Amino acid sequence: MTTDMHSHWYPIASSSDLPKRHVYQAKLLGREFAVWRADDGYVNVWENRCLHRGVRLSIGINDGKELKCQYHGWRYANRTAGCTYIPAHPADAPARTICNHRYPTQEVHGLVWAGETASGELPDMEGFDEVTVLRPVPVNAPRELVAQELRHYVFAEGCTSREEADGSVIVTAAGGPSVRLFVQPCDSNHSVIRGLLDQASEGAERVAILKHHNWLLEELRSRIEAAAASMETPEPMVVTIAKVSEDLVDIPPASEDGRQAELRVQVTEKAMTAEGIVSLRLEALKGPLPTFQPGAHIDVHLQNGLVRQYSLTNGPGETDHYTIGVKREPDSRGGSVAIHDGVAKGDVLAISAPRNNFPLRRDATHTVFVAGGIGVTPLLSMARTLNSQGLGFEFHYFVQSGAHVAFNQAFGEMGDAVTIHEGLSPGETGDTLRDVLKSPGRARHVYICGPGPMLEATRQIAADAGWADEAIHFEYFKNTTERDDSSSFEIDLARSAMTLTVPSGKTILDVLREAGINMSSSCEQGACGTCRCGVIEGEILHQDVYLSPKEKAEGKSIMTCVSRAASDRLILDI
Amino acid sequence: MTCHDRILLDDWHVVADLEHLRQHSRQSAELFEQQLDINLRADGSAEVRHKETGRVLPSQIKYGFVWVCVGTPSRDIIEIPEAGEADRYVVSGGSFPVRASGLRVVENFLDMGHFPFVHTGWLGEEPHTEVAPYQVELTPDDEIIATECYFYQPVASPTAEGGIEVEYKYRVYRPYIVSLYKTNPAYPDRKDYIVLFIQPVGPEDCVVHNMLCYLKEGMNEPDIRWFMQLIFAQDKPILENQLPKRLPLDPRAETPIRADKVAILYRRWLRDHCVSYGAIPAA
Repeated sequence: MTTDMHSHWYPIASSSDLPKRHVYQAKLLGREFAVWRADDGYVNVWENRCLHRGVRLSIGINDGKELKCQYHGWRYANRTAGCTYIPAHPADAPARTICNHRYPTQEVHGLVWAGETASGELPDMEGFDEVTVLRPVPVNAPRELVAQELRHYVFAEGCTSREEADGSVIVTAAGGPSVRLFVQPCDSNHSVIRGLLDQASEGAERVAILKHHNWLLEELRSRIEAAAASMETPEPMVVTIAKVSEDLVDIPPASEDGRQAELRVQVTEKAMTAEGIVSLRLEALKGPLPTFQPGAHIDVHLQNGLVRQYSLTNGPGETDHYTIGVKREPDSRGGSVAIHDGVAKGDVLAISAPRNNFPLRRDATHTVFVAGGIGVTPLLSMARTLNSQGLGFEFHYFVQSGAHVAFNQAFGEMGDAVTIHEGLSPGETGDTLRDVLKSPGRARHVYICGPGPMLEATRQIAADAGWADEAIHFEYFKNTTERDDSSSFEIDLARSAMTLTVPSGKTILDVLREAGINMSSSCEQGACGTCRCGVIEGEILHQDVYLSPKEKAEGKSIMTCVSRAASDRLILDI
Repeated sequence: MTCHDRILLDDWHVVADLEHLRQHSRQSAELFEQQLDINLRADGSAEVRHKETGRVLPSQIKYGFVWVCVGTPSRDIIEIPEAGEADRYVVSGGSFPVRASGLRVVENFLDMGHFPFVHTGWLGEEPHTEVAPYQVELTPDDEIIATECYFYQPVASPTAEGGIEVEYKYRVYRPYIVSLYKTNPAYPDRKDYIVLFIQPVGPEDCVVHNMLCYLKEGMNEPDIRWFMQLIFAQDKPILENQLPKRLPLDPRAETPIRADKVAILYRRWLRDHCVSYGAIPAA
């Protein structure tokens, strides 16, 4: 139930309750909050339960970037509260709709303010620019009773008091300082008095002030509780816990709609990060950006009508912006040039929400990253994640020369785990890779991203060295294989009970869309994996570079943007 | 709130560990928020009385526990052949009070995903967190069985040395009774057996009794008890920090994943049997 009371701002914690890496448990109007400060200073006020099994997040672990639940290790991102990782299923990217409830919050005057549906301005705090935050005093009494009694607070000679518009009370000593007292209504019969003194203090003077007020407030507390004891105790407040998104009830995540540019972002930084590579920092025009996971990419819709995919390079917890790196391609069809030459700081771009078809497993004891050139971008985000969690990895970055090393600063954080291989010939690269990939094993994984020929070679070297198909993860920037769209065949849609014909010259995706079926897609060239669809029956002519050889042989899924039927008919699981 | 679920009222529930009762010869217990007096008679049988009315309730001693029915027994106490096998130690690990619904305890018992996080270094350890697909079925006897449950465990048993891949089989007999069969490294074809008899004290309170049937080879009773207490002490604070305390049966109340397949069936089974005590029924 939301009432007028829920739309107010209340102080729920002192800033000093949120030391580094702590999670503080607060309560307001019967609802528990988990309150934590990320290393970037942002204060998160969330529903105090994990969406999975309802365990209090206040007993979770704040790693400075994410909050990790104690029960199953689910991770929720700073700022967005979106789930970034579900350890029980390391190969899956969590559905985007798994997002905890956030509550409006502000940190001002040494207090953290929140409200279930708070909006508008905080109370006017004129005269309280410099403050000492008093020790909060809990009172077993209803808010109204506490608020009434605050007026009788006397801390020095000649105190006068007045009630402010927000219900707080300012008590001023004759010719001296003022104290402003607020009530935090935790529950129907439980409140906390939070006070501010209108002067800064430190050292012994501060201790003396805190002791003085603490003693007097404790006295006030005893008086209020004595009065409350003679009254009937109200029933505890009942809070409703919002239901989770409907698509999460059936276990497979629901597919998202089409190729959409649902977000508007502003380019707030544009800089050359290496020769021929520009990095863009993108910030939301309004509201928070959706949660991303390492390996995720976004579609950027350019002014010239082109749509291009770029991986996010962000580390965990960097949730107030997205960073992408774009290489100027000499044989560009207009995408990279449009970004290099046509996009300037301050411009607004249309982008899709992040999709993750290249998820990072975090159940490896050791992970090997092999990046070639601009292929570094998704792997950088992954490595930063493992580095932050203290999981073992090594990062091999193959570049033409030192001038081509992008995102130098981020690599600096990873120390010895990173090896830059400069200016190697294809033969030398092969030798190096054979050495790097010589030890496959249990719980060891390799992630590869780079130009097509290098990627092919690396996959082959890994397979030859004995790495299992499931341990080799890769992402192509583009699909350069020759594609044949001359065949014509039928598709049966098992769940929607439809039969459609795919003529030559059209893709399955085209035909599905024409029939009004919403299918998500991104690169539309068989590289990114977004338009993947289950196949129940029929032989597939795979023309993508997303599926692994094993997945292709199993024939259980198809990339609808490029692949076709090798038989007359396919039965698709949609 | 009182219990109106016929399926629970007419069933048998453990209210005392016989060994404990023998030390005191009388003790009180609470079941469905009703106070009970338990007396050990000279002939070794137990008498359970409803404290308020003085009514003597149907009771039995079995597997070293006192069982009582507050209604009219509609079925027998479950059969556990493992309890009668001579080459097993059959011991109680202790009766643990928990400030949470017993149904939450059952669900936690059925869950492998928490091993690396709650039982770190014993039943699991990061980064080995994957819960591989497993089989779940409802048997013709109306029990839930989960099989082919594999998990890597650093210290899988009281006397384990080094990590092993463990196979579990889970079995839910009754709403408040759940067991597991677990790999014994010394006997490839036999399994150690653990069963929880949960006493629903209230909808948000329970006592977890347990019977541990471990193959004797290389094992001893104090270690079996010690291991159970170690593991349960790790579960208890998690269970007591779940909100709400009762188990929600609405599919949209919490977020299931594939690893929760057995829990999903358990919640549906409770709903189909109209179990509401300790649960929040689906709207």
